[in-house]
Amino acid sequence: MTQAIDRRGFLRVSGIAGGGLVLGTMLEYRVHELQAAELAADADFTPNAFIRITRDGKITIIAKNPEVGQGVKTSMPQLIAEELDVPWAAITIEQADSDPAKYGPQVAGGSTATPTNWEPLRRAGAAGRALMITAAAQTWGVPEAECGTQGDARVHHHATHRHLTYAELAERAAALPAPDAATVRMKDPKDYKIIGQAIAGVDNHKIVRGQPLFGIDVTVPGMLHAQYVKAPVFGAAVASANVEEIKRMRGVRDAFVIEGGTQLAGLLPGVAIVADSYWNSRVARNALKVTWAAHPTSQQSSASFRARATELLAAEPQRNLRNDGDVGAALGAGTRVEAEYEYPFLAHAALEPMNCTAHFANGKLEVWAPTQNPQSGRTLCANTLGIAPADITIHIVRSGGGFGRRLNNDYMVEAAAISQKLGAPVKLTWTREDDITHDFYRPAGYHKLRGTVDASGKLTAWDNHFVSFGEGNGFAPAAATSPGEFPAAFIPNFRLGVSTMPLGVPTGFLRAPTSNALAFVYQSFIDELAHAGKQDPVEFRRALLAQFVAPASVTGGGQQPQFMNAARMRGVLDLVVQMSGWGTRTLPRGKGMGVAFHFSHRGYFAEVVEATVARDGTLTVDKVWVAGDVGSVIINPSGALNQVRGSVLDGISEALAQQITIEGGATRETNFDKFPLLRLRNVPPVDVQFRITEFPPTGMGEPALPPVIPALTNAIFAATGKRIRSLPLSLHDLKWS
Amino acid sequence: MPVTLTVNGTRRTLDVPDDMPLLWALRETLDLKGPKFGCGIGQCGACTVHVNGTATRSCMLPVSAVESAEIVTIEGLSADGTHPLQLAWQEIDVPQCGYCQAGQIMTAAALLKRNPRPNEAEIDRAMTGNLCRCATYHRIREGVQRAVTTAASEAK
Repeated sequence: MTQAIDRRGFLRVSGIAGGGLVLGTMLEYRVHELQAAELAADADFTPNAFIRITRDGKITIIAKNPEVGQGVKTSMPQLIAEELDVPWAAITIEQADSDPAKYGPQVAGGSTATPTNWEPLRRAGAAGRALMITAAAQTWGVPEAECGTQGDARVHHHATHRHLTYAELAERAAALPAPDAATVRMKDPKDYKIIGQAIAGVDNHKIVRGQPLFGIDVTVPGMLHAQYVKAPVFGAAVASANVEEIKRMRGVRDAFVIEGGTQLAGLLPGVAIVADSYWNSRVARNALKVTWAAHPTSQQSSASFRARATELLAAEPQRNLRNDGDVGAALGAGTRVEAEYEYPFLAHAALEPMNCTAHFANGKLEVWAPTQNPQSGRTLCANTLGIAPADITIHIVRSGGGFGRRLNNDYMVEAAAISQKLGAPVKLTWTREDDITHDFYRPAGYHKLRGTVDASGKLTAWDNHFVSFGEGNGFAPAAATSPGEFPAAFIPNFRLGVSTMPLGVPTGFLRAPTSNALAFVYQSFIDELAHAGKQDPVEFRRALLAQFVAPASVTGGGQQPQFMNAARMRGVLDLVVQMSGWGTRTLPRGKGMGVAFHFSHRGYFAEVVEATVARDGTLTVDKVWVAGDVGSVIINPSGALNQVRGSVLDGISEALAQQITIEGGATRETNFDKFPLLRLRNVPPVDVQFRITEFPPTGMGEPALPPVIPALTNAIFAATGKRIRSLPLSLHDLKWS
Repeated sequence: MPVTLTVNGTRRTLDVPDDMPLLWALRETLDLKGPKFGCGIGQCGACTVHVNGTATRSCMLPVSAVESAEIVTIEGLSADGTHPLQLAWQEIDVPQCGYCQAGQIMTAAALLKRNPRPNEAEIDRAMTGNLCRCATYHRIREGVQRAVTTAASEAK
């Protein structure tokens, strides 16, 4: 359709998810379906919600998504600036508030920012550039085809050596009808000047000076400081609390019980303590005495889950999610391997503790939230406080790490509820202990695997009984699996059975959810089968990738089914083999190399770890090689390298010593002394290469994590002959003689 | 009870309880948001400041213990953000989320002050007390090395 319509009107089209954003939804939007930016000054040029150019030449690009360290506040504006054809140094980047009608989906999760925004944000920039060209052509009275841009925020008429700056054109361009963003002309990738450049993070200058930037740094006039104390047993109610005594303590303004609800992701029961300073709220908290009501989950424990899992694994699966061929017959036809695997609950441990500043006044709520999912926070606050979603303003504040933790907005609704009760602005700051003991944990899981390699060396049968958490046919959050997950569709006789047990522990997405556990299990067991078939682990995997029997629909992190392209995986596998010199070095006993690959979040990653295990069992990760395929262009090579190395080290950190233990219905670990993060002295070199392919670029925050864990455990096997079938490694005695 | 502190070269008298950790006096009373709260038990290093030139965890240190000390926060490391470490951190694009980086830089700055030419092992030893949850460790190492090189070439 032609676009001779007032842009304020035509851009206001429905079709954008207005409610709580579910990560399982493919996040697609089109720029021309978004609401136009309200024009601040009539002559400002605001072709859409993402661009503002003033007559005095200030070019502002809006960063739509929450920044949690994944680099989108830099990489997404790069897409716009490229097509708008302006110098990177000339633009100011502004963080958007939460407003999906205006900006489309605003979520930091599922590595979705790149695939979701790659097209629309470039189109947003291109639409701005097209209007500038039209405005210049009209000014000069020349055909548009004679006008062009060259990256300097000017339109040039080459025939006459004339040019006009975007600032000079802003007023005229602002009066033009918007072009159709769906058909606007975009650059040939070979002409990119900003996409593909290693551009440093846009907030770095503030970070290195310690300037206020994060949620915890927010200050609003009259703000008080709150603690919110919940039961160690998730969801237990307050039976009694000495709030009257607490109210008399130094600096305390109020203390009260919040009844809360029973939804683990909502507002849970607790005691709020509000003081004039953080420290006074903490001191008062130390004197708080609460009796918690009995709760039905107070007997659950990691040990009881394991005991129940053992019972379930000994029986037939409660149901099959997939059953190809004749697994029973094929298992008997060759060399058969059986093994049980398990992995623990994990916390996210983002370095900035959960916090939120909220101000409830006159029936309306304003929050400043370091959140990965502001829109679901809006829904939660509206439902809990009994106000309209439209009466909530959410300022998205930079997060000191997310890793999936801030997809849940429990801390937001707590701050909101406290402010509502108080009628004053309040900042809620969790302690580290609150954070570790009230996380939404990566769920534990248990697998019984059987597989057979036939006489010709082919993997012909795979039977996986997965014991997870859930009730009925449902899974607890992040505890599901997909019937399409590799190696499904690559093995003719394949069964995925599941059994579940109920869970009263909050669970949720942790970076590369489901994949961060399943890759360990599957790529380790594939390694076992390779060795059982007396084959090189790389050759065995190459053969498996060639065995494709049906399209594998794969979900990573609860996304829509995606298809793993075996050729792309083969490509990264071959690349990492070459990078690491796989099979070309003879290693002494105690030193070994392991390989693994995994497809998740649309990304293809193959990794090799070289590790040394001393005779006394001391493990050293010597080096990691990473080959990745995330499509046709690496939008920001600096940020990409940061994400990949960070993901790899995160995976190593999880594997080495992390576990959350449930005892008496509560979390036993409380701080970094018991939930250790990787430290600098244990950081190995990580070599990264990308294989550029013709596919649209995809996200970088997660898919490099899963393969490193099995690559490491496979390396330990190569070094010692010890097969690691449970995590973390700190529970294993690796000594050999 | 008034407490007098010397922070970034300025003497300030604060009306805070004397058991208040230095971190909260800096963040809330003096509005210096650079030092960060991470764990509260001295495990992560996000709250690192200099006390008489030594990298110190401010989350567990009562203000009453540092009344006679010279305290420097990231805000006072340089007048205009041009300390070699601050420049190196930006050139190398060290931060991911950025939350730990003020603490990292303060630990590194204290190291360079007492040992202007640390070797790799000395850098690793000094920096290993500071957690980075995003694991920007490769670039933290690189950033310290870059600052060492810059300072060495400027000294010539």
